[in-house]
Amino acid sequence: MFRNNYDNDSVTFSPQGRIFQVEYAGEAVKQGSVVVGIRNAEELSSYQKKLFAIDEHVGIAIAGLTSDARVLSNFMKTQSMQHTMVYGRHMPLHQLASLLGEKAQLNTQHYGKRPYGVGLLVAGVDDKGTHLYEFQPSGMAEEMVAFAIGARSQMARTYLERNIEKFADCGREELVMHGLKALKESLVQDKELTVDNTSVGVVGLVKDDSTGRTKVEPFKVHDGRDVKDWIDAVSDDKDDDDDDDDDEEEETTTSAAPAAGGDSMEVDS
Amino acid sequence: MDHRPQNWGRPRDDIYGGYDVSYMAPNAEPNTHTQSPVVTGTSVVALKYKDGVIMAADNLASYGSLARFPSVQRLMPFADTSVLGFSGDVSDMQYISRHLTSLSIDEAYGVQDPLNAANLHRYLSKLLYSRRSKFDPLWNNILIAGFDSDDKPFLASADLLGTTYSSPSLASGYGSMLAQPIMRKYASTEEDAAKLTKEQAIKIVKECMKVLFYRDARSLDKYSLAVVTRKSGEEGGGGVQITQEKLEGMSWKFADRIKGYGTQTV
Repeated sequence: MFRNNYDNDSVTFSPQGRIFQVEYAGEAVKQGSVVVGIRNAEELSSYQKKLFAIDEHVGIAIAGLTSDARVLSNFMKTQSMQHTMVYGRHMPLHQLASLLGEKAQLNTQHYGKRPYGVGLLVAGVDDKGTHLYEFQPSGMAEEMVAFAIGARSQMARTYLERNIEKFADCGREELVMHGLKALKESLVQDKELTVDNTSVGVVGLVKDDSTGRTKVEPFKVHDGRDVKDWIDAVSDDKDDDDDDDDDEEEETTTSAAPAAGGDSMEVDS
Repeated sequence: MDHRPQNWGRPRDDIYGGYDVSYMAPNAEPNTHTQSPVVTGTSVVALKYKDGVIMAADNLASYGSLARFPSVQRLMPFADTSVLGFSGDVSDMQYISRHLTSLSIDEAYGVQDPLNAANLHRYLSKLLYSRRSKFDPLWNNILIAGFDSDDKPFLASADLLGTTYSSPSLASGYGSMLAQPIMRKYASTEEDAAKLTKEQAIKIVKECMKVLFYRDARSLDKYSLAVVTRKSGEEGGGGVQITQEKLEGMSWKFADRIKGYGTQTV
Protein backbone atom coordinates (compact mmCIF):
# COMPACT_ATOMS: atom_id res chain seq x y z
CA MET A 1 0.00 0.00 0.00
CA PHE A 2 2.64 2.53 1.05
CA ARG A 3 5.48 0.83 -0.75
CA ASN A 4 8.32 3.12 -1.78
CA ASN A 5 8.33 3.08 -5.55
CA TYR A 6 11.65 4.84 -5.91
CA ASP A 7 14.02 2.40 -4.25
CA ASN A 8 14.15 -0.40 -6.78
CA ASP A 9 17.41 0.68 -8.31
CA SER A 10 20.10 3.29 -7.91
CA VAL A 11 19.39 4.99 -11.22
CA THR A 12 15.97 6.37 -10.28
CA PHE A 13 15.62 9.67 -8.48
CA SER A 14 12.59 10.14 -6.20
CA PRO A 15 10.49 13.24 -6.91
CA GLN A 16 12.34 14.87 -4.01
CA GLY A 17 15.67 14.23 -5.71
CA ARG A 18 16.81 11.39 -3.45
CA ILE A 19 18.38 8.11 -4.47
CA PHE A 20 17.09 5.64 -1.91
CA GLN A 21 19.42 2.77 -2.76
CA VAL A 22 22.35 5.04 -1.96
CA GLU A 23 20.78 5.99 1.36
CA TYR A 24 20.03 2.31 2.15
CA ALA A 25 23.63 1.49 1.33
CA GLY A 26 24.58 3.95 4.02
CA GLU A 27 22.61 1.76 6.44
CA ALA A 28 24.96 -1.13 5.65
CA VAL A 29 27.68 0.80 7.48
CA LYS A 30 25.66 0.37 10.66
CA GLN A 31 25.82 -3.42 10.25
CA GLY A 32 29.58 -3.30 10.65
CA SER A 33 31.32 -3.45 14.02
CA VAL A 34 32.51 -0.24 15.56
CA VAL A 35 35.65 1.59 14.49
CA VAL A 36 36.90 4.85 15.92
CA GLY A 37 38.96 7.58 14.34
CA ILE A 38 40.09 10.72 16.09
CA ARG A 39 42.07 13.84 15.39
CA ASN A 40 42.59 17.17 17.07
CA ALA A 41 40.07 19.37 15.40
CA GLU A 42 40.62 22.96 14.40
CA GLU A 43 36.91 23.32 14.10
CA LEU A 44 34.37 20.78 15.20
CA SER A 45 31.90 21.44 12.47
CA SER A 46 31.56 23.72 9.51
CA TYR A 47 29.32 24.36 6.56
CA GLN A 48 29.74 22.44 3.35
CA LYS A 49 32.03 24.29 0.95
CA LYS A 50 30.33 24.89 -2.36
CA LEU A 51 32.77 26.94 -4.45
CA PHE A 52 35.62 25.31 -6.33
CA ALA A 53 38.30 26.47 -8.74
CA ILE A 54 38.43 24.50 -11.99
CA ASP A 55 41.33 26.33 -13.55
CA GLU A 56 43.00 29.70 -13.30
CA HIS A 57 40.16 31.29 -15.26
CA VAL A 58 37.14 29.19 -14.22
CA GLY A 59 35.33 28.42 -10.99
CA ILE A 60 32.08 26.66 -10.12
CA ALA A 61 29.40 26.84 -7.47
CA ILE A 62 27.44 23.65 -6.76
CA ALA A 63 23.95 22.86 -5.53
CA GLY A 64 22.87 19.25 -5.08
CA LEU A 65 24.72 15.96 -4.65
CA THR A 66 28.28 16.85 -3.69
CA SER A 67 29.66 13.55 -4.89
CA ASP A 68 28.21 14.08 -8.36
CA ALA A 69 29.64 17.58 -8.37
CA ARG A 70 33.08 16.14 -7.63
CA VAL A 71 32.83 13.95 -10.72
CA LEU A 72 31.85 16.90 -12.90
CA SER A 73 34.47 19.15 -11.34
CA ASN A 74 37.12 16.52 -12.05
CA PHE A 75 35.91 16.25 -15.64
CA MET A 76 36.05 20.01 -16.13
CA LYS A 77 39.53 20.25 -14.62
CA THR A 78 40.78 17.50 -16.93
CA GLN A 79 39.25 19.07 -20.03
CA SER A 80 40.54 22.51 -19.17
CA MET A 81 44.07 21.21 -18.55
CA GLN A 82 44.03 19.23 -21.77
CA HIS A 83 42.96 22.27 -23.75
CA THR A 84 45.79 24.26 -22.21
CA MET A 85 48.25 21.52 -23.11
CA VAL A 86 47.11 21.12 -26.72
CA TYR A 87 46.48 24.75 -27.67
CA GLY A 88 48.53 26.69 -25.13
CA ARG A 89 45.68 28.94 -24.05
CA HIS A 90 42.81 29.09 -21.57
CA MET A 91 39.82 27.03 -22.65
CA PRO A 92 36.99 29.21 -23.96
CA LEU A 93 34.06 28.97 -21.55
CA HIS A 94 31.40 28.11 -24.08
CA GLN A 95 33.45 25.08 -25.10
CA LEU A 96 33.73 23.89 -21.53
CA ALA A 97 30.03 24.49 -20.90
CA SER A 98 28.88 22.66 -24.00
CA LEU A 99 31.18 19.72 -23.24
CA LEU A 100 29.66 19.53 -19.77
CA GLY A 101 26.16 19.77 -21.22
CA GLU A 102 26.79 16.98 -23.70
CA LYS A 103 28.22 14.72 -21.03
CA ALA A 104 25.22 15.24 -18.75
CA GLN A 105 22.70 14.89 -21.57
CA LEU A 106 23.97 11.40 -22.42
CA ASN A 107 22.98 10.27 -18.94
CA THR A 108 19.38 11.23 -19.64
CA GLN A 109 19.24 9.07 -22.74
CA HIS A 110 21.13 5.88 -21.90
CA TYR A 111 19.70 2.74 -20.37
CA GLY A 112 21.08 2.04 -16.92
CA LYS A 113 22.40 5.53 -16.30
CA ARG A 114 21.08 8.27 -14.07
CA PRO A 115 21.33 12.03 -14.49
CA TYR A 116 23.82 13.94 -12.35
CA GLY A 117 21.98 15.14 -9.25
CA VAL A 118 23.64 18.52 -9.20
CA GLY A 119 23.25 21.96 -10.67
CA LEU A 120 26.22 24.22 -11.30
CA LEU A 121 27.00 27.84 -11.87
CA VAL A 122 30.13 28.10 -13.99
CA ALA A 123 31.89 31.46 -13.87
CA GLY A 124 34.98 32.45 -15.77
CA VAL A 125 36.80 34.66 -18.22
CA ASP A 126 38.23 34.07 -21.68
CA ASP A 127 39.14 36.06 -24.80
CA LYS A 128 35.51 37.00 -25.23
CA GLY A 129 35.27 38.51 -21.74
CA THR A 130 33.42 37.41 -18.63
CA HIS A 131 30.89 34.59 -18.63
CA LEU A 132 28.40 32.94 -16.31
CA TYR A 133 26.76 29.64 -17.24
CA GLU A 134 23.96 27.79 -15.56
CA PHE A 135 24.16 24.00 -15.77
CA GLN A 136 21.29 21.62 -15.05
CA PRO A 137 21.15 17.82 -14.77
CA SER A 138 19.07 17.74 -17.96
CA GLY A 139 22.23 18.70 -19.83
CA MET A 140 21.19 22.28 -20.30
CA ALA A 141 24.13 24.70 -20.08
CA GLU A 142 23.17 28.24 -20.97
CA GLU A 143 24.83 31.59 -20.56
CA MET A 144 23.26 33.92 -18.00
CA VAL A 145 23.82 37.49 -16.88
CA ALA A 146 22.99 36.61 -13.30
CA PHE A 147 21.47 33.49 -11.82
CA ALA A 148 20.81 31.55 -8.65
CA ILE A 149 20.21 27.84 -8.17
CA GLY A 150 19.47 25.65 -5.16
CA ALA A 151 17.02 25.64 -2.28
CA ARG A 152 14.94 28.85 -1.99
CA SER A 153 16.85 30.36 -4.89
CA GLN A 154 13.69 31.90 -6.35
CA MET A 155 13.98 34.81 -3.93
CA ALA A 156 17.56 35.44 -5.00
CA ARG A 157 16.56 35.28 -8.66
CA THR A 158 13.83 37.81 -8.03
CA TYR A 159 16.38 40.16 -6.54
CA LEU A 160 18.76 39.64 -9.47
CA GLU A 161 16.00 40.19 -12.00
CA ARG A 162 15.00 43.41 -10.33
CA ASN A 163 18.56 44.75 -10.51
CA ILE A 164 19.73 43.20 -13.75
CA GLU A 165 20.14 46.53 -15.56
CA LYS A 166 22.75 47.68 -13.03
CA PHE A 167 25.22 44.78 -13.26
CA ALA A 168 26.91 45.74 -16.53
CA ASP A 169 28.21 49.01 -15.07
CA CYS A 170 29.05 47.63 -11.62
CA GLY A 171 32.59 47.53 -10.30
CA ARG A 172 33.92 44.44 -8.60
CA GLU A 173 32.91 45.45 -5.08
CA GLU A 174 29.43 46.52 -6.10
CA LEU A 175 28.91 43.22 -7.89
CA VAL A 176 29.90 41.28 -4.78
CA MET A 177 27.40 43.38 -2.81
CA HIS A 178 24.64 42.53 -5.25
CA GLY A 179 25.60 38.85 -5.04
CA LEU A 180 25.44 38.86 -1.26
CA LYS A 181 22.18 40.80 -1.21
CA ALA A 182 20.64 38.27 -3.57
CA LEU A 183 21.92 35.49 -1.34
CA LYS A 184 20.42 37.17 1.70
CA GLU A 185 17.01 37.15 0.04
CA SER A 186 17.07 33.37 -0.04
CA LEU A 187 17.71 32.91 3.67
CA VAL A 188 15.11 31.39 5.95
CA GLN A 189 13.71 33.36 8.89
CA ASP A 190 16.23 34.07 11.67
CA LYS A 191 19.19 33.01 9.54
CA GLU A 192 21.79 35.48 8.42
CA LEU A 193 24.99 35.60 6.45
CA THR A 194 28.04 35.04 8.63
CA VAL A 195 31.73 34.55 7.98
CA ASP A 196 31.15 30.84 8.64
CA ASN A 197 28.37 30.19 6.16
CA THR A 198 29.31 32.51 3.33
CA SER A 199 31.99 32.40 0.71
CA VAL A 200 32.50 34.52 -2.36
CA GLY A 201 34.25 33.34 -5.50
CA VAL A 202 35.73 35.98 -7.76
CA VAL A 203 37.32 35.66 -11.18
CA GLY A 204 37.87 38.57 -13.49
CA LEU A 205 39.91 40.62 -15.87
CA VAL A 206 42.27 43.28 -14.57
CA LYS A 207 44.38 45.83 -16.35
CA ASP A 208 48.06 45.05 -16.27
CA ASP A 209 49.63 48.43 -15.49
CA SER A 210 52.95 47.61 -17.15
CA THR A 211 51.56 46.50 -20.53
CA GLY A 212 48.15 48.15 -20.55
CA ARG A 213 46.57 44.85 -21.59
CA THR A 214 43.93 42.98 -19.63
CA LYS A 215 44.94 39.80 -17.86
CA VAL A 216 43.14 37.15 -15.84
CA GLU A 217 42.66 37.66 -12.14
CA PRO A 218 42.65 33.98 -11.12
CA PHE A 219 39.51 32.47 -9.59
CA LYS A 220 39.74 32.86 -5.85
CA VAL A 221 37.39 31.72 -3.12
CA HIS A 222 37.09 34.23 -0.31
CA ASP A 223 35.78 32.90 2.98
CA GLY A 224 36.17 33.35 6.72
CA ARG A 225 37.84 36.66 7.54
CA ASP A 226 38.11 37.60 3.86
CA VAL A 227 34.36 38.10 3.56
CA LYS A 228 33.84 39.90 6.85
CA ASP A 229 33.86 43.40 5.37
CA TRP A 230 31.52 42.42 2.58
CA ILE A 231 29.08 40.77 4.96
CA ASP A 232 29.16 43.75 7.29
CA ALA A 233 28.47 46.01 4.33
CA VAL A 234 25.29 44.17 3.38
CA SER A 235 24.07 43.58 6.92
CA ASP A 236 20.73 45.21 7.67
CA ASP A 237 20.31 49.02 7.70
CA LYS A 238 23.64 49.63 6.04
CA ASP A 239 24.38 51.49 2.85
CA ASP A 240 27.16 50.54 0.49
CA ASP A 241 27.92 53.49 -1.73
CA ASP A 242 31.43 53.79 -0.32
CA ASP A 243 32.90 51.13 -2.58
CA ASP A 244 35.78 51.80 -4.90
CA ASP A 245 35.40 51.06 -8.58
CA ASP A 246 37.70 48.39 -9.96
CA ASP A 247 37.88 46.81 -13.37
CA GLU A 248 35.34 44.58 -14.99
CA GLU A 249 34.58 41.52 -12.90
CA GLU A 250 32.57 38.37 -13.00
CA GLU A 251 31.63 36.98 -9.68
CA THR A 252 29.50 34.27 -8.27
CA THR A 253 28.47 33.67 -4.73
CA THR A 254 26.64 30.96 -2.86
CA SER A 255 26.80 29.10 0.36
CA ALA A 256 24.02 30.12 2.68
CA ALA A 257 23.38 27.60 5.46
CA PRO A 258 21.08 24.87 4.18
CA ALA A 259 18.27 23.51 6.31
CA ALA A 260 19.35 20.61 8.49
CA GLY A 261 20.70 17.79 6.30
CA GLY A 262 18.50 14.87 5.37
CA ASP A 263 15.31 16.85 4.97
CA SER A 264 13.56 16.53 1.73
CA MET A 265 14.49 19.35 -0.59
CA GLU A 266 12.18 22.27 -0.97
CA VAL A 267 10.87 22.62 -4.46
CA ASP A 268 10.67 26.09 -5.82
CA SER A 269 9.13 26.80 -9.13
CA MET B 1 23.80 -33.28 -33.90
CA ASP B 2 26.69 -31.14 -32.86
CA HIS B 3 26.68 -30.96 -29.08
CA ARG B 4 29.13 -28.04 -28.81
CA PRO B 5 27.14 -24.85 -28.09
CA GLN B 6 29.69 -22.59 -29.82
CA ASN B 7 28.76 -24.21 -33.14
CA TRP B 8 24.98 -23.90 -32.79
CA GLY B 9 23.31 -21.53 -35.19
CA ARG B 10 26.34 -21.41 -37.49
CA PRO B 11 26.64 -22.75 -41.01
CA ARG B 12 27.83 -26.33 -40.66
CA ASP B 13 31.45 -26.95 -41.55
CA ASP B 14 30.62 -30.34 -43.11
CA ILE B 15 28.27 -28.63 -45.57
CA TYR B 16 29.72 -25.15 -46.15
CA GLY B 17 33.37 -25.74 -45.28
CA GLY B 18 35.29 -24.06 -42.49
CA TYR B 19 34.95 -20.33 -41.86
CA ASP B 20 37.48 -18.31 -43.81
CA VAL B 21 38.75 -15.66 -41.39
CA SER B 22 40.38 -13.68 -44.17
CA TYR B 23 36.97 -12.33 -45.23
CA MET B 24 36.59 -10.50 -41.93
CA ALA B 25 40.20 -9.31 -41.58
CA PRO B 26 40.17 -5.48 -41.54
CA ASN B 27 43.30 -5.21 -43.69
CA ALA B 28 44.55 -7.70 -46.20
CA GLU B 29 48.02 -6.28 -45.59
CA PRO B 30 49.81 -5.48 -42.37
CA ASN B 31 49.89 -1.91 -41.05
CA THR B 32 52.62 0.20 -42.54
CA HIS B 33 54.51 3.14 -41.12
CA THR B 34 56.39 5.81 -43.03
CA GLN B 35 60.07 4.89 -42.83
CA SER B 36 61.25 7.55 -45.24
CA PRO B 37 59.62 10.30 -47.26
CA VAL B 38 58.89 9.77 -50.97
CA VAL B 39 57.75 12.95 -52.70
CA THR B 40 59.44 15.83 -50.90
CA GLY B 41 59.60 19.58 -50.73
CA THR B 42 62.86 21.34 -49.89
CA SER B 43 63.56 24.42 -47.74
CA VAL B 44 61.11 26.93 -46.30
CA VAL B 45 62.48 30.30 -45.16
CA ALA B 46 60.76 32.82 -42.93
CA LEU B 47 61.66 36.13 -41.35
CA LYS B 48 59.91 38.38 -38.85
CA TYR B 49 59.68 42.14 -39.41
CA LYS B 50 58.10 44.95 -37.43
CA ASP B 51 54.47 44.37 -38.45
CA GLY B 52 54.42 40.67 -39.29
CA VAL B 53 56.24 37.77 -40.89
CA ILE B 54 57.45 36.93 -44.42
CA MET B 55 57.65 33.30 -45.53
CA ALA B 56 58.75 31.71 -48.80
CA ALA B 57 59.03 28.21 -50.29
CA ASP B 58 59.53 27.09 -53.86
CA ASN B 59 56.82 25.25 -55.78
CA LEU B 60 58.69 22.01 -56.37
CA ALA B 61 57.76 18.54 -55.16
CA SER B 62 60.69 16.24 -55.90
CA TYR B 63 60.56 12.48 -56.39
CA GLY B 64 63.98 11.63 -55.07
CA SER B 65 66.29 13.79 -57.18
CA LEU B 66 63.74 14.04 -60.00
CA ALA B 67 61.95 17.41 -60.25
CA ARG B 68 58.61 15.60 -60.53
CA PHE B 69 55.85 18.19 -59.71
CA PRO B 70 56.89 21.77 -60.55
CA SER B 71 53.80 23.65 -59.35
CA VAL B 72 52.96 22.51 -55.84
CA GLN B 73 52.30 25.28 -53.34
CA ARG B 74 53.92 24.46 -50.02
CA LEU B 75 52.63 27.48 -48.12
CA MET B 76 49.19 27.21 -46.59
CA PRO B 77 47.14 30.00 -45.05
CA PHE B 78 45.19 29.17 -41.89
CA ALA B 79 42.03 31.10 -41.01
CA ASP B 80 43.49 34.15 -42.83
CA THR B 81 45.61 34.93 -39.78
CA SER B 82 48.52 32.48 -39.98
CA VAL B 83 50.69 30.78 -42.57
CA LEU B 84 52.25 27.32 -42.51
CA GLY B 85 55.26 26.34 -44.60
CA PHE B 86 55.89 22.64 -45.17
CA SER B 87 59.10 20.90 -46.06
CA GLY B 88 59.46 17.14 -46.18
CA ASP B 89 56.90 14.62 -47.36
CA VAL B 90 54.27 16.13 -49.64
CA SER B 91 51.56 13.53 -48.98
CA ASP B 92 51.90 14.12 -45.23
CA MET B 93 51.68 17.84 -45.97
CA GLN B 94 48.42 17.22 -47.83
CA TYR B 95 47.12 15.13 -44.93
CA ILE B 96 47.91 17.86 -42.38
CA SER B 97 46.52 20.50 -44.71
CA ARG B 98 43.19 18.65 -45.05
CA HIS B 99 43.11 18.13 -41.29
CA LEU B 100 43.72 21.82 -40.59
CA THR B 101 41.19 22.92 -43.18
CA SER B 102 38.48 20.92 -41.45
CA LEU B 103 39.69 22.31 -38.11
CA SER B 104 39.40 25.87 -39.37
CA ILE B 105 35.95 25.19 -40.84
CA ASP B 106 34.81 23.82 -37.48
CA GLU B 107 36.27 26.92 -35.89
CA ALA B 108 34.34 29.19 -38.23
CA TYR B 109 30.98 27.81 -37.06
CA GLY B 110 29.24 29.08 -33.95
CA VAL B 111 31.07 31.14 -31.36
CA GLN B 112 34.38 32.38 -32.68
CA ASP B 113 37.52 31.60 -30.71
CA PRO B 114 40.04 31.79 -33.52
CA LEU B 115 43.25 29.88 -32.97
CA ASN B 116 46.23 32.19 -33.41
CA ALA B 117 49.59 31.09 -34.78
CA ALA B 118 50.92 30.28 -31.31
CA ASN B 119 47.91 28.04 -30.57
CA LEU B 120 48.29 26.40 -33.96
CA HIS B 121 51.99 25.78 -33.42
CA ARG B 122 51.31 24.14 -30.07
CA TYR B 123 48.57 22.00 -31.63
CA LEU B 124 50.77 20.85 -34.51
CA SER B 125 53.70 20.05 -32.25
CA LYS B 126 51.43 17.81 -30.16
CA LEU B 127 50.07 16.17 -33.33
CA LEU B 128 53.58 15.53 -34.69
CA TYR B 129 54.84 14.24 -31.35
CA SER B 130 51.91 11.88 -30.88
CA ARG B 131 52.51 10.46 -34.36
CA ARG B 132 56.22 9.97 -33.81
CA SER B 133 55.35 8.22 -30.53
CA LYS B 134 53.26 5.74 -32.53
CA PHE B 135 56.36 5.14 -34.66
CA ASP B 136 54.37 6.54 -37.58
CA PRO B 137 55.67 10.09 -37.95
CA LEU B 138 54.31 12.77 -40.24
CA TRP B 139 57.53 13.43 -42.15
CA ASN B 140 57.54 17.19 -42.18
CA ASN B 141 59.34 20.19 -40.80
CA ILE B 142 56.71 22.92 -40.48
CA LEU B 143 57.24 26.65 -40.00
CA ILE B 144 54.29 28.51 -38.50
CA ALA B 145 53.99 32.29 -38.88
CA GLY B 146 51.40 34.72 -37.60
CA PHE B 147 50.67 36.47 -34.32
CA ASP B 148 50.63 35.35 -30.70
CA SER B 149 48.11 36.15 -27.98
CA ASP B 150 49.82 39.48 -27.30
CA ASP B 151 49.40 40.33 -31.00
CA LYS B 152 53.16 40.27 -31.54
CA PRO B 153 54.63 38.66 -34.68
CA PHE B 154 55.11 34.92 -34.11
CA LEU B 155 57.39 32.49 -35.90
CA ALA B 156 58.20 28.93 -34.79
CA SER B 157 59.11 25.52 -36.11
CA ALA B 158 57.79 22.03 -35.38
CA ASP B 159 59.42 18.95 -36.85
CA LEU B 160 58.57 15.29 -37.35
CA LEU B 161 59.79 14.43 -33.85
CA GLY B 162 57.69 17.12 -32.20
CA THR B 163 60.74 19.27 -31.49
CA THR B 164 59.92 22.98 -31.37
CA TYR B 165 61.91 26.17 -31.43
CA SER B 166 61.44 29.80 -32.24
CA SER B 167 63.63 32.58 -33.61
CA PRO B 168 63.33 35.94 -35.44
CA SER B 169 64.31 34.07 -38.60
CA LEU B 170 63.83 30.38 -39.37
CA ALA B 171 64.62 28.10 -42.26
CA SER B 172 64.18 24.37 -42.76
CA GLY B 173 66.29 21.87 -44.70
CA TYR B 174 69.10 23.31 -46.82
CA GLY B 175 67.82 26.75 -45.89
CA SER B 176 68.98 26.25 -42.30
CA MET B 177 72.54 26.08 -43.65
CA LEU B 178 72.37 28.52 -46.59
CA ALA B 179 69.61 31.03 -45.82
CA GLN B 180 69.77 31.31 -42.03
CA PRO B 181 73.23 33.02 -41.99
CA ILE B 182 71.99 35.61 -44.49
CA MET B 183 68.86 36.38 -42.49
CA ARG B 184 70.82 36.52 -39.22
CA LYS B 185 73.06 39.16 -40.73
CA TYR B 186 70.02 41.48 -40.80
CA ALA B 187 67.96 40.17 -37.87
CA SER B 188 69.97 38.23 -35.33
CA THR B 189 67.77 39.37 -32.43
CA GLU B 190 64.10 40.16 -31.88
CA GLU B 191 65.02 43.84 -31.53
CA ASP B 192 66.76 43.88 -34.91
CA ALA B 193 63.82 42.10 -36.55
CA ALA B 194 61.41 44.61 -35.03
CA LYS B 195 63.26 47.37 -36.92
CA LEU B 196 62.91 45.78 -40.35
CA THR B 197 60.32 47.18 -42.72
CA LYS B 198 58.18 44.92 -44.89
CA GLU B 199 60.14 45.90 -48.02
CA GLN B 200 63.49 45.18 -46.38
CA ALA B 201 62.29 41.80 -45.10
CA ILE B 202 60.89 40.78 -48.48
CA LYS B 203 64.18 41.76 -50.13
CA ILE B 204 66.17 39.61 -47.67
CA VAL B 205 63.89 36.61 -48.17
CA LYS B 206 64.07 36.95 -51.97
CA GLU B 207 67.86 37.04 -51.70
CA CYS B 208 67.73 33.81 -49.67
CA MET B 209 65.54 32.12 -52.28
CA LYS B 210 68.08 33.05 -54.96
CA VAL B 211 71.02 31.64 -53.00
CA LEU B 212 69.02 28.47 -52.37
CA PHE B 213 68.22 28.07 -56.08
CA TYR B 214 71.90 28.49 -56.95
CA ARG B 215 73.08 25.91 -54.41
CA ASP B 216 70.21 23.50 -53.65
CA ALA B 217 69.83 20.92 -56.40
CA ARG B 218 66.27 20.09 -55.22
CA SER B 219 64.99 23.64 -55.66
CA LEU B 220 63.07 25.60 -58.29
CA ASP B 221 63.13 29.19 -59.53
CA LYS B 222 59.37 29.52 -59.08
CA TYR B 223 58.29 30.09 -55.50
CA SER B 224 55.45 31.31 -53.27
CA LEU B 225 55.91 34.31 -51.01
CA ALA B 226 53.57 34.89 -48.08
CA VAL B 227 53.19 38.13 -46.15
CA VAL B 228 51.32 37.91 -42.84
CA THR B 229 50.21 41.21 -41.41
CA ARG B 230 48.05 42.15 -38.46
CA LYS B 231 44.33 42.19 -39.22
CA SER B 232 43.18 45.78 -39.05
CA GLY B 233 39.67 46.78 -38.01
CA GLU B 234 38.09 47.29 -41.43
CA GLU B 235 37.48 44.46 -43.90
CA GLY B 236 40.29 43.43 -46.18
CA GLY B 237 43.09 45.06 -44.23
CA GLY B 238 45.97 42.77 -43.28
CA GLY B 239 45.74 39.01 -43.05
CA VAL B 240 47.61 36.61 -45.30
CA GLN B 241 48.77 37.45 -48.82
CA ILE B 242 50.45 34.76 -50.91
CA THR B 243 51.98 35.75 -54.25
CA GLN B 244 53.75 33.70 -56.93
CA GLU B 245 57.30 34.82 -57.70
CA LYS B 246 60.00 33.93 -60.21
CA LEU B 247 63.71 34.40 -59.62
CA GLU B 248 65.26 37.03 -61.80
CA GLY B 249 68.64 38.68 -62.32
CA MET B 250 70.68 35.51 -62.05
CA SER B 251 73.96 34.78 -63.79
CA TRP B 252 74.74 31.22 -64.82
CA LYS B 253 77.82 32.07 -66.90
CA PHE B 254 80.04 30.16 -64.50
CA ALA B 255 78.10 27.00 -65.29
CA ASP B 256 79.95 26.71 -68.62
CA ARG B 257 83.13 25.81 -66.82
CA ILE B 258 81.59 23.07 -64.68
CA LYS B 259 82.40 19.70 -66.18
CA GLY B 260 81.80 16.14 -65.15
CA TYR B 261 78.01 16.05 -64.80
CA GLY B 262 75.13 15.17 -67.14
CA THR B 263 75.63 14.27 -70.74
CA GLN B 264 78.83 16.23 -71.42
CA THR B 265 81.65 14.34 -73.08
CA VAL B 266 84.39 16.69 -71.72
